[in-house]
Amino acid sequence: MASAINKLLDWMLSGLGLSVSADSAVGYIVAALIHITLIINLVAVGALVFIWLERKISGRIQDRLGPTRVGGKFGWLQTLADGLKLITKEDLMPDGADGFLFKIAPYVSFAASIAAFIAIPFAGGPYPWIAQHLNTGVFFVVAVLGLEVFGVILAGYSSASKWSLFGAMREAAQVVSYEVPLGMCAVVPVLIAGSMDMVVIGNQQAGLFTNWFIFHDPATFITFWVYLTCATASVNRAPFDLAEAESELVAGFHTEYSGLRWSFFFMAEYGSMLSVSILASVLFLGAWNGPIPVASMLGLTAANGDVPGYIGNLLGLLNVLFKGVVGVSVMIWIRWTLPRLRIDQVMATCLKYCTPIAAVMFLGAVVWQYNLPGRTFFGLLAAPQETFAVDEGWAALPTTTAEPAKPAMVERGAATSLAPRLAANQGRGN
Amino acid sequence: MSEPTLVDQLKQKFGAAITGANLENVDPWIEVAPEAIVAVCAYLRDEPSLAFDYCNSVTAVDYLHVDEKKAAKSEWQPHLEVVYHLFSMQHKHSLVLKAMLARWRDDEVGELPEIDSVAHVWRTADWHERECYDLFGIHFLGHPNLRRILCPEDWVGHPLRKDYEMPLEYHGIRGR
Amino acid sequence: MSTVDDPRTIEFDVRTDEMLVNMGPQHPSTHGVLRLVLRTDGEVVSEVTPHLGYLHRCAEKIGENLTPRQFIPYTDRMDYLAGMNMNLGWALAIEKLMKYEPPEKGRHLRVIISEMGRIASHLVGMGAYGLDLGTFSPFLYAFRERERILDLFEEVCGARLTYSYITVGGATADLPPGWLEKCEAFLTQLEPIIVEYHTLLTTNSIFIKRTAAIGVMSAATAIDYGTSGPVLRGSGVDHDLRRDGEEIYTAMYDGYAFEVIVEKNGHYPKDHQYPAVPQEAILGDCWHRFYVRMLEVMQSIDLVRQGIDRYSRASGSYGEPMKLNQKLPKGEAYLETEAPRGQMGFYIVSNGEAIPWRARARSSSFCNLSVASELCRDCLIADVPAIVGSLDIVMGEIDR
Repeated sequence: MASAINKLLDWMLSGLGLSVSADSAVGYIVAALIHITLIINLVAVGALVFIWLERKISGRIQDRLGPTRVGGKFGWLQTLADGLKLITKEDLMPDGADGFLFKIAPYVSFAASIAAFIAIPFAGGPYPWIAQHLNTGVFFVVAVLGLEVFGVILAGYSSASKWSLFGAMREAAQVVSYEVPLGMCAVVPVLIAGSMDMVVIGNQQAGLFTNWFIFHDPATFITFWVYLTCATASVNRAPFDLAEAESELVAGFHTEYSGLRWSFFFMAEYGSMLSVSILASVLFLGAWNGPIPVASMLGLTAANGDVPGYIGNLLGLLNVLFKGVVGVSVMIWIRWTLPRLRIDQVMATCLKYCTPIAAVMFLGAVVWQYNLPGRTFFGLLAAPQETFAVDEGWAALPTTTAEPAKPAMVERGAATSLAPRLAANQGRGN
Repeated sequence: MSEPTLVDQLKQKFGAAITGANLENVDPWIEVAPEAIVAVCAYLRDEPSLAFDYCNSVTAVDYLHVDEKKAAKSEWQPHLEVVYHLFSMQHKHSLVLKAMLARWRDDEVGELPEIDSVAHVWRTADWHERECYDLFGIHFLGHPNLRRILCPEDWVGHPLRKDYEMPLEYHGIRGR
Repeated sequence: MSTVDDPRTIEFDVRTDEMLVNMGPQHPSTHGVLRLVLRTDGEVVSEVTPHLGYLHRCAEKIGENLTPRQFIPYTDRMDYLAGMNMNLGWALAIEKLMKYEPPEKGRHLRVIISEMGRIASHLVGMGAYGLDLGTFSPFLYAFRERERILDLFEEVCGARLTYSYITVGGATADLPPGWLEKCEAFLTQLEPIIVEYHTLLTTNSIFIKRTAAIGVMSAATAIDYGTSGPVLRGSGVDHDLRRDGEEIYTAMYDGYAFEVIVEKNGHYPKDHQYPAVPQEAILGDCWHRFYVRMLEVMQSIDLVRQGIDRYSRASGSYGEPMKLNQKLPKGEAYLETEAPRGQMGFYIVSNGEAIPWRARARSSSFCNLSVASELCRDCLIADVPAIVGSLDIVMGEIDR
């Protein structure tokens, strides 16, 4: 994208007799700004939608209607109205609070929540839609998700309230311990794909839904459910919402917050929910690939030109978002159904069950890969052998000069079969 | 269990400590000297044929006519009664005990009358005696934690006494 | 200067401080305005001290200045979730003093109304307990059903919370025509829904984890502290005033078939129809207290059905409310009735005037709450709402 912007600038400024080189910093800065704007909007709008969705779903679960008035039908603008209310509220701070920390805590949380989206791909193929294509994407996302806890601890520590402190300590204990099984679960698809690059992982799941990693073998199937449990716990949703357990700790770490600062915690929570859901979809649920490969059947791939490629990516984006929303909805459903666990039971769930199960499943995936390479669980429809060949396209790297910072993507398949296509694509840039 | 035989049984056991009984009332009651209340209660609880293991309530009644005309016609002298309602889970029978106290110890206004606490006989009595202390101003000797329970700790006076007057002001809040 | 391996140094270094935390009077799970002072060491609570009185409204003092019928509305405001049962307790205590016997029709009317009140109250108790454990939905389901009982009560007396319906001498009005059919229809609809509640809470494994073997109270402790109602029966004490109470109260239930809900030989009455007691549960824990309440709802449904049957066959009057300023006979009477939360006792001393000399309310929640500090010793913070919730207290009744 950066080079395209630079080219555009070059063309616009050429009238003034100026020229902009293709790898000028200007293009990168502008591209970064565009990306971050898109991501912030995704998280903010996502939070608006999810809060509304939570109200609607919980309403239906509880035999009531939920919001119905604001914004005409379905009360779909209710969250906006609430946002306006929150903006007008007084920004209170307790007397004994540590002012600076108290004020920045919500933004720390929110920033961590947003940062995870930087490495999350929204569409794949040779030209993935991703803010920053990292070849260690999974690692980055899992690591950054863990940062959110800093905001919570800061909030709890600086609030000068015992309830907040309790909430923060619980959150710290919980998140730190759930990072372990969560990471282990994330490693299983990485092992199968042979790459930490989320685009590679996603591309390898193309084709029928039987190619999704959740159906790869029994081990991955179980791993997915462990992941779901750990993800729910690591974003503090019921039944693991101990940090804000309202029947015990009033409101936990955000007891003393009000107005917009409080709503930032809320947005961070929903942002994290979305990011772990999308991570789940990339790792296990076929990423941007639908259950039936409609896009490739209709020829909407980058191989058939720019426009079909873009439409295909758009379909992929819808796929990713849809899976993310489904994941969030499941979390909402769970929240409004189950009672809350106690802190020792939460820790026991993690250390006694999730961690060992995840470890054993990792082993199981290794055994499967070793004995039945290239075979999926369903896959007595033997998947094509090259589907699972590991190739991140490093060999082809020197040939793609358009985007020097990124490794070129290789669609599933051997590098050899792709090399001519890549060579052909070279000139188009992206 | 019949009340007349129980009264005889208790009189045999405690002699003069059983100061009277009213067997005609809807709920017959036995009157116990305040000094003997713990001994009688412990006996009632531990004697297997009685086994009053459940204390329903400990409360008090203030007998005082504020109106002088009524006081002149009154058939009783001003006094406080502590009333114990007991029940036996085993035998499913109940009993009312009463202890008479002077309204003020040694008739000095402000000196709380005293009676031994039965909180260690029945734990129920713990809070009930606190309530009596709070609302009637009866000092229960040997109570583990005799503090006000319903009124604030800095409240003045004992509201269920007949001569109690609401304070004019409490922490700047108008009382009456 | 001490060396590192001096045990005292290490002891000092790892010492943690205890913290006093105020739970309430403004707290989501203290059921009103209860204030619990927790002494905590991390997540472990070493001591719980309840502080009462935030809802003290001098009901007993007011009782000394009003005639018994004038006092009825004040009884509504004691256990405001079971106003009908409070009315009944006070009315029966006065009737005991007056040696009045209500006519047969009035008896059955009182059974129907007070058992409906019990269902409504236990529904709130159940829902609110779910709330204490962090699940919101059962609360709203429970309120949905309670709403229908309130509709029925509204039809009877015009009020939805503070009824003042059952009164000394009978009731203020007869049941309206067609009411019994509506009541019957409601019961038919409620019965299958109770099964849903069992699925959502009683047998939910998280629910069992949170309540089984938590706050275990032995039968001896329960009796010693004077607990009553489901809290007492949850500890395995076979005691229900509807069966074991005084003549004037048990006469109301003469001829009604019901079993006291208490565990005998590891079984509750008719428990084959309901989920079995889980392995983890110990008699006297929070789970048993909750389960007793759930079974009592079924028991009450059955009693209301019997009451409807008897009421529709009874003839004559439903009773005559006593005059507003009727003089009371000289004497004193104490009567306890089985209210939803336990034994509600009223003590009346009369010197022959229309206004009692002393009116005393012995509240069940008051005694039930007194055991909280015993049960909460060395539990976790999250167990405090679980234990206090399982006692199902109403502050209006405790503070009076």
